[in-house]
Amino acid sequence: MKLWDIAHSRTGDKGNISNVSLIAYDIKDFELLKEKVTVEVVKEWFKDIVKGEVKRYELPQLGALNFVMNDALGGGVTRSLALDKHGKSLSSYLLDIEI
Amino acid sequence: MKKLRIGSGAGYAGDRLEPALELMEKGNLDYISFECLAERTIAIAQQQKQLNPEKGYNGLLEHRMEKVLPLAHKNKIKVITNMGAANPQSAVNVICKMAEEMGLKGLKVAGVFGDDVFDKLDNYKNVTVWENGKPLSELDGEVISANVYMGIDGIVKALENGADIIVTGRVSDPALFLAPLVYEFGWDINNYDLMGKGTLIGHLLECGGQVTGGYYAEPGKKNVERPWDLGFPIIEVSENGDFIVTKVEGSGGLVTKDTCTEQMIYEIHNPEEYFTPDCIADFSKVTFENIGKDIVRVKGATGREKTDTLKVSLGYKDCFIGEGEISYGGPNCYERAKLAALIVEKRLALTNVKYDELKIDFIGINGIYKNNNRKYNTPEEVRVRVAARTKSKYDAVQIGNEVETLYTNGPAGGGGATKSVSEIVSVASILIPRNDVEAKVIYREV
Repeated sequence: MKLWDIAHSRTGDKGNISNVSLIAYDIKDFELLKEKVTVEVVKEWFKDIVKGEVKRYELPQLGALNFVMNDALGGGVTRSLALDKHGKSLSSYLLDIEI
Repeated sequence: MKKLRIGSGAGYAGDRLEPALELMEKGNLDYISFECLAERTIAIAQQQKQLNPEKGYNGLLEHRMEKVLPLAHKNKIKVITNMGAANPQSAVNVICKMAEEMGLKGLKVAGVFGDDVFDKLDNYKNVTVWENGKPLSELDGEVISANVYMGIDGIVKALENGADIIVTGRVSDPALFLAPLVYEFGWDINNYDLMGKGTLIGHLLECGGQVTGGYYAEPGKKNVERPWDLGFPIIEVSENGDFIVTKVEGSGGLVTKDTCTEQMIYEIHNPEEYFTPDCIADFSKVTFENIGKDIVRVKGATGREKTDTLKVSLGYKDCFIGEGEISYGGPNCYERAKLAALIVEKRLALTNVKYDELKIDFIGINGIYKNNNRKYNTPEEVRVRVAARTKSKYDAVQIGNEVETLYTNGPAGGGGATKSVSEIVSVASILIPRNDVEAKVIYREV
């Protein structure tokens, strides 16, 4: 299955840093997300977009993970050449990961 | 126990107006705040002020206030907004003039400023810029604005002096919502648990509809009722900082623990330390509970002592970006699109166009996502986009021109060419001592 089947997501931006949440619809799936969606998996998935370090924060009581991806927005929102300068659509891309 | 109802009237400068008016008519509000100042908007506003000293406030101020002022007056709702941008003083005058013309009496309008530190930048030449790790004096590009993210001080002072309408320059977004809580409940600003709770309230409200089902819909999985009628959020706060998130009954959208969770994590990094001018908020233990249709109870936010620095956002003239796009469709369209991109690259080299970075996207294939390992199905249509960052405007113009000339010189069947050039004002950040900044407030009454 894809992450899309069991989780939802939203992206935020600050400068050249993108943060992408991953929230289980059913909190019972949180352990599975924690196990499968590691920093390494996310780094590999976004490797042609994200050039910097990826960090993962856990919010177990909300069934949520927060991935903070550095050097992810083509130099930052103001000067990026990307069509989606804010990286708003990266959330949907995360949900395309097969687990 | 005393309760306060705060609404969010805008999540960004150009947001919808009707949901704000609906809140003011039916939300039983005490306060409404409008967050309308994105990171570099103030730099652009500063340029407008240079051209005309009476401008430099938010361009939609009059549009919003025409409807907001009569409702604020009638329903005794206090209004707080950062629509003052680079010129809160002028915004106060505009609002007063409008109120007078409408015949509204007994309104006290305050302007909060002191955030503009452009004239003091010489003191910070050696301060490190976050974005490039170099001293400010080495920033590549003319600095045109420097504004501190101020905390709640100025707004609280204005409220203490009886202001009904408050327009600010740059303050932190949560401050627009935290300030009335501090004033109304008499919260101690050194009680960081309460500051953390109030900061979460601000954080959940500052993006308007993003907590009430906006930016949320996923047809079939996350359904949103009448998103065209989306209601904006209301937070009802008790004196001890407990609160619920809701919206006007019957409006579109929804408020659930899921909409709140998405918005809480939006634009935060480490949930244990969300830095603001008024505290370091800690959202790591926050819980959301659905307690009724479109009513969510929120618990668990807290905070720690604020830092002794404040963030300054500098706007500087960075570069130009030139862009061009053209579409291809039907059999073999991706091959024609790739040839089109190659032609543009060759032409830019032949005509000696200088750029720092060039980006080619095939919209429909890899326009927003890049994954070089992925195989894509042949699309039925594809749009080529060429974008480049240049030092000169002339070079930026050539990017779109070379895409446009594909009409008569490029592969078969290219259509819908567009082009654009933008002068880019970028943002850099530094930290300065908190004590260097003092909020100032002016008042006018009608």
